[in-house]
Amino acid sequence: MIQFLKLLFRNRLAALGAVTLSFTLLLAVLTPILPLPNPNITATADRFLPPFSDGHLLGTDHLGRDLFSRLMWGTRLSLAVGAAAALIAAFIGSTIGIVAGFMGGRTDNIIMRLVDMLMAFPYILLALAIVAALGPGLVNALFAVAAVNIPFFARNIRGVTVGLANKEFVDAARLSGMSNLQIILFEILPNVLPVIVIAMSTTVGWMILETAGLSFLGLGSQPPQADLGSMLGEARAALITSPHTSIVPGIMIFLIVMSINLLGDGVRDAIDPRLKSGALSRPLPATIVERDTTPPAPSDDLLALQDLRTEFHVGDRTYKAVGGVSLKVNKGECLGIIGESGSGKSVTALSVMGLVASPPGKIVGGAVSFQGNDLVGASYDQLRELRGDRVAYIFQDPLSTLHPLYKVGDQLIEAMQAHRKMPEKEARARAVELLEAVRIPNAARRVDNYPHEMSGGMRQRVSIAMALANEPDVIIADEPTTALDVTVQAQILTLLDELRRERDLAIVFITHDFGVVAQLCDRVAVMYAGRIVEEGPTAPILDDPQHPYTKKLMACVPELGGGKRELHAIPGLPPAVDRLPQGCAFAPRCEFAQEVCKQGEITLDANGDRAVRCLFPDKVSQTEVTS
Amino acid sequence: MNALEVKNLTKTFEVGKSLFTKGQGVKAVRGMSFDVRDGETLGIVGESGCGKSTLARMLVGLLPPSEGEIQIEGKVQDKASPREFGQMIQYVFQDPISSLNPRKTIREIMETPLKRLHGMSKAERNKRISEIFASVNLREEFLSRYPHEFSGGQAQRIGIARALAAAARILILDEPVSALDVSVQAQVLNLLADLKKEFGLTYLFISHDLAVVEAVSDRVMVLYFGAIVEVGPADAIFKNAKHPYTKLLADSAPVVGRALEAPKQKADELPDPLNPPTGCPFAKRCIYATDICETTDPALIEMGDDHFAACHNPIKG
Ligand SMILES: Nc1ncnc2c1ncn2[C@@H]1O[C@H](COP(=O)(O)OP(=O)(O)OP(=O)(O)O)[C@@H](O)[C@H]1O
Ligand code: SF4
Ligand code: SF4
Ligand SMILES: [Mg+2]
Repeated sequence: MIQFLKLLFRNRLAALGAVTLSFTLLLAVLTPILPLPNPNITATADRFLPPFSDGHLLGTDHLGRDLFSRLMWGTRLSLAVGAAAALIAAFIGSTIGIVAGFMGGRTDNIIMRLVDMLMAFPYILLALAIVAALGPGLVNALFAVAAVNIPFFARNIRGVTVGLANKEFVDAARLSGMSNLQIILFEILPNVLPVIVIAMSTTVGWMILETAGLSFLGLGSQPPQADLGSMLGEARAALITSPHTSIVPGIMIFLIVMSINLLGDGVRDAIDPRLKSGALSRPLPATIVERDTTPPAPSDDLLALQDLRTEFHVGDRTYKAVGGVSLKVNKGECLGIIGESGSGKSVTALSVMGLVASPPGKIVGGAVSFQGNDLVGASYDQLRELRGDRVAYIFQDPLSTLHPLYKVGDQLIEAMQAHRKMPEKEARARAVELLEAVRIPNAARRVDNYPHEMSGGMRQRVSIAMALANEPDVIIADEPTTALDVTVQAQILTLLDELRRERDLAIVFITHDFGVVAQLCDRVAVMYAGRIVEEGPTAPILDDPQHPYTKKLMACVPELGGGKRELHAIPGLPPAVDRLPQGCAFAPRCEFAQEVCKQGEITLDANGDRAVRCLFPDKVSQTEVTS
Repeated sequence: MNALEVKNLTKTFEVGKSLFTKGQGVKAVRGMSFDVRDGETLGIVGESGCGKSTLARMLVGLLPPSEGEIQIEGKVQDKASPREFGQMIQYVFQDPISSLNPRKTIREIMETPLKRLHGMSKAERNKRISEIFASVNLREEFLSRYPHEFSGGQAQRIGIARALAAAARILILDEPVSALDVSVQAQVLNLLADLKKEFGLTYLFISHDLAVVEAVSDRVMVLYFGAIVEVGPADAIFKNAKHPYTKLLADSAPVVGRALEAPKQKADELPDPLNPPTGCPFAKRCIYATDICETTDPALIEMGDDHFAACHNPIKG
């Protein structure tokens, strides 16, 4: 709550709105006990007194009534009516929305068609029609305003409810014996309540304005009762001669509506979770670089990460997502990076081309050497030229690279033309070629498909085709087959393997599956808590892991053909990278841990073409896994 | 006795239905019949869209079947009612976090089945929750916290604890570990094995990971296009597959020490549910297909010891 207020008041406009609104509300509450003259007493002799006249701070109106007193009482009434209308509209609208969204199917269909019909009428016309039917009067105006705002709430709340009604916790509640009504009240409602409050805070201002509008037309509050709209309406005739009678209520309406809307927007933004993580601004096009050490000299390898460190700064926490990673890959080689979620695999991959979201991400040390140039120090223009051209990415979800509204062929053509001029016809022919290269049957026809017309495996092949479009030197594939079925996975892996042999591609393949690594990768790096714990050629590492984590992780994963059995587990959880322990990060879960493991830095020590970050690799290597 | 008996279970969804027009029927589950024996773990595998979740949701009463019969512990269930089913059969969901209401404390979540299904008093509930938390290795201090404060593995334990609270003896585990990290997967799978022993539970274990299914199941059932294509003992079904589709699955799984090669198939497209084929739904992809496969959908018949497959040209061996 305190954090919420802090966020809210960081927004100056919202703070201004809050102050103005509180002041107005305070006055409205205090009105009955303030020493004000009766707002409805007429004194024809004192007509149209200007402001600051004796005894009339803001002057008088056309009947000689005290304007200040009328303004106070009028504000009070307008606020009350607006709030009442908002409550009624929110209650009825949300009820309709929740029922429609929760029941779904035919009920939803019928309800929402009716709501649509209501919305199709011009807003103010509908309100006028309702007042005309009910007769003029403030209460009827209130109902009219509430009624025209019901569809807004119904639509919004229905949208939120539909999302919730399909959540698994609703099914779980059913299986726990709750009835539909109980589920709506105890499971759904607590989750939509914040949305209702936000919707109210952003609409109550308009409802005050609408009631004022009806009163202005003489359909709302009836004389002599004052509300802001009727005050304006009555002052209309004297607009030229005595402008203050119009200006006073006009300014008040303006202040109220503005302050409510500013505050409402502020509340909406403050509740937005993205704000909390500090990611208020849009991420920069390239990751911020703030290196605290001099970068190492570029290497001869095609692509090499040299002691790369990437951090996230959120609030006062520092997450060391990548804590000094060195890797290299050359032409025709496939390097696997394996590790659990949160171990820093994806951030490592994204750091290569400066794709880590910034803020909060930051590269704080090391270098990425590509063809002898340091990419970490490179300008955004240089990076943009290389992205998708020399170094291409494939992600787990193909839909994150494919735009849903464009044909896959056009997207391929665009990817090519972004980097070199190419006549349309040639580009199209090449797009078909690419689809054939990724073994999409009937490519000439498929090139005109939209992504949603393809299956998941087919889409992933299109994103591989996108990655290949400019004949890159390196492809970085981040769990490209995790979301796919095994039969499709086998095809995609085979395809990548063939492509790398045919085109001498270098591939960095991120996965959490040892089977995939074994089949595809020449070398493998095992990551834990942002660092590489073991690295080297695939076969020796899988045959004889020397880091306890590698060994345990392999034992956790059952392999097909082993029959029914107990599985090995690693006790505990990986450490949070904002609170890494001293010494070895794996020590709390390691059966070989000694006192020395918990002190100082444990280095990644090379031994031939392998390297391991452990003090007792020999012991590990000689011990059988037990659980 | 069988924990669960399913006869000719069918689910047809209507797609493209609007207020005025009748939709077209799509069969997500096409007449499945099978038994689940008391105390066994029956693994269910198949590719996405093959009907695994639809089947599971019918079995717990969340979805009314279009045809067919479900018998739980000898009792025929003629009306889909999660409330009635819930005392006999429970569901553990794939996404542990989204299966817990973010606005409720863990205690409130745990209390619901005890209160609504069993009408327990406050004191009874507290005692029962303590017992269950002890068996799933969760600390009682967690009870006052909210779901977002937990890791995936902990949240899944809470999901399992809730299923146990309903005191059902059959659990449907729908991809219970696929959202978890490998090092945590094993913790949860071993916990499930211990609970099964402790409470004499029966499991239906749905997963796309063949190796995991093989490691935890007594028998495995392979689904394709809404039907059972093969069912048999876990230690034989992948090693000794009778159905070409099972063999394709087994050969596709990445295994350390096996060369990378996509197993042969003629095409890789699934049949169109709006336009189902007349013969074997696998015929378009099957390298063993013969003429009869195009015209006649094969029935599930016994082909070995407790081993059934639906194929005209089963694999020998
Ligand atoms: N409400 C629905 N309306 C129409 N079709 C549906 C509906 N629910 C499921 N289907 C279809 O039924 C088939 C089976 O779906 P189901 O969700 O059971 O598959 P699954 O095997 O669980 O897949 P996954 O592994 O991806 O979860 C699919 O073709 C799906 O598109
Ligand atoms: S350094 Fe020590 S604690 Fe770390 S992995 Fe090696 S033996 Fe275990
Ligand atoms: S019935 Fe024919 S097409 Fe179907 S799986 Fe068997 S051999 Fe293949
Ligand atoms: Mg599913």
